[in-house]
Amino acid sequence: MDIIVEGIKQAFVLLFTLDPEVLGITWLSLKISGTATFLSMFIGVSVGTVVALTKFPGRRFVVSLINTGMGLPPVVVGLFVTIFLWRNGPLGFLEILYTPTAIIIAQTVIATPIVMGISLAAIQALPANLRLQILALGATRLQMVWILVKEARLPLLAAVMAGFGGVISEVGASIMVGGNIKGYSRVLTTATVMETGKGNFDIAMALGIILMLLSFIINSILTHVQQRERPR
Amino acid sequence: MNADTPILEIKNLQVKRGGVNVIDISSLVVSEGEVLSLIGPNGAGKSTLLLTLARLLKTSKGEIAFRGKTIDSNHSVLAYRRNLSMVFQESLLFDTTVFENIASGLNLRRMNKNEIKNIVEEYAERFGVPHLIDRSARKLSGGEAQRTSLARAFATKPEIVFLDEPFSSLDPPTRESLMGDLERILHETGTTTIMATHDQVEALRLSDRIAVINQGKIAQIGTPEQVMNQPDDEFVASFVGMETVFTGPVIKLYDSTFVVSVSDRDVEAVGAVTIGETVVCFIRPENVTLSIVTFGQTTSARNVFPGKIIKITPMGLFHKVHLDCGFSLVAYVTHLSFENLSLREGGDIIASFKATAVHVIRRAK
Repeated sequence: MDIIVEGIKQAFVLLFTLDPEVLGITWLSLKISGTATFLSMFIGVSVGTVVALTKFPGRRFVVSLINTGMGLPPVVVGLFVTIFLWRNGPLGFLEILYTPTAIIIAQTVIATPIVMGISLAAIQALPANLRLQILALGATRLQMVWILVKEARLPLLAAVMAGFGGVISEVGASIMVGGNIKGYSRVLTTATVMETGKGNFDIAMALGIILMLLSFIINSILTHVQQRERPR
Repeated sequence: MNADTPILEIKNLQVKRGGVNVIDISSLVVSEGEVLSLIGPNGAGKSTLLLTLARLLKTSKGEIAFRGKTIDSNHSVLAYRRNLSMVFQESLLFDTTVFENIASGLNLRRMNKNEIKNIVEEYAERFGVPHLIDRSARKLSGGEAQRTSLARAFATKPEIVFLDEPFSSLDPPTRESLMGDLERILHETGTTTIMATHDQVEALRLSDRIAVINQGKIAQIGTPEQVMNQPDDEFVASFVGMETVFTGPVIKLYDSTFVVSVSDRDVEAVGAVTIGETVVCFIRPENVTLSIVTFGQTTSARNVFPGKIIKITPMGLFHKVHLDCGFSLVAYVTHLSFENLSLREGGDIIASFKATAVHVIRRAK
């Protein structure tokens, strides 16, 4: 029991004294996962919107592919990104394995289908006649799509948050392609794994608390969005 | 407003879905400033026709001309759409304020902000929502939302307004007050309006002409009086509420009336027919009068038949009574008459109706 109480106490000390190592890891995590989320937002929202608004042969297959992608196991992504970036791999010449860039790539691969799938559902959930209503108001096709994206802004925000939630808490890919190098590619999750392994429960717990806090913020925003009503 | 100037001309319009024609209209001309209602049962193709006329759905064949110019290219479709507005059954408001909703069509036309503000205020006033202008569209009642939707549609000063069942999802008092306002605004602005509705009362109240749509075709088009009182065929007749339908040969001709034989009963009707031909007759249930005795009573009705009550259905303000007078006849009676006559199923009754109450359609030979 002592080990837990002592751990929690120490964790709060680290948090409130703004321990440079904890802060550094947190900041790096936010930077990496933030960048990956930002990239996945562009790809995910735009492709999701296009798939939602168009009809083409094989659409069903594409949609189920995206939905499958939403549950992509991070270790599998880590494995494939590693293979691609390996010295002899197809993208080995880039020499970015075990760098933050590699983590960004892996996390983008994980987050994009999540953002895409939720965006697709969000745009499809808009009333069927809304598109016609916008066109009847004199909008061009491009203006119409932009208004639809604006109308779905909250569920789209939810999509992005879900993507962020997916990558900030992911450990498998980060450790595989980032290498958990201190002060360089060590993020919240990989650090937690390592510190726990070393028996440094205080620092591991401090990192865990930060992760839970982030997760709580994300989920409260998602809940707020879900509970909102649509206009008539 | 310039009556009889065509604003919209449709020729050989066809819309196919899965190889089947869902819309098939050989010709339709809409005059500037007129209010045209498309009525018909659910699934008749009213909404599809409306969306097609607004060029929001692709046509398979035929042409639509706006002010004499055929709309064919993508460019002309956009230009055409900027001359029209549409209001659906659902308000389909944007997730923003009432002001921004009413302004949305104007914003798309990149009008200057001051001008937009003036126009929005004017139309919010017209449709009775000036006090809601800063409110979020999510916090409106059904009636307020539909008023906002109408204000948004009229704010762009469209040349044609398309209304797709605009009152269907409103409760009766809200519907009544909004319909009154729309009637006044249409009168003030003289905007050409095409409205799809399944409610005949709405159509009768607002329209200059009514088109009855059946299976994607225009079954009849004319003034409300023409469509209601002189239906062209059996479908229109039954749709506009002529409950009693019978067919028989013409057996006698008088000066102004003639006699049709229906199940050995002689029914007197008015119209130009020849002896021996078979005609279809329709009678509106509200034109049939029920009474208990005829002794000493004078009725101007030519047709008086004793009958038996088969079935009584309460319809709210009145009762619908099915009779067997040798042929089947439907009558509406008010609640008061229903009590006074103490009507009951299986009871005997006398039904009467005027010769002019019988609407006659001559069968094509």
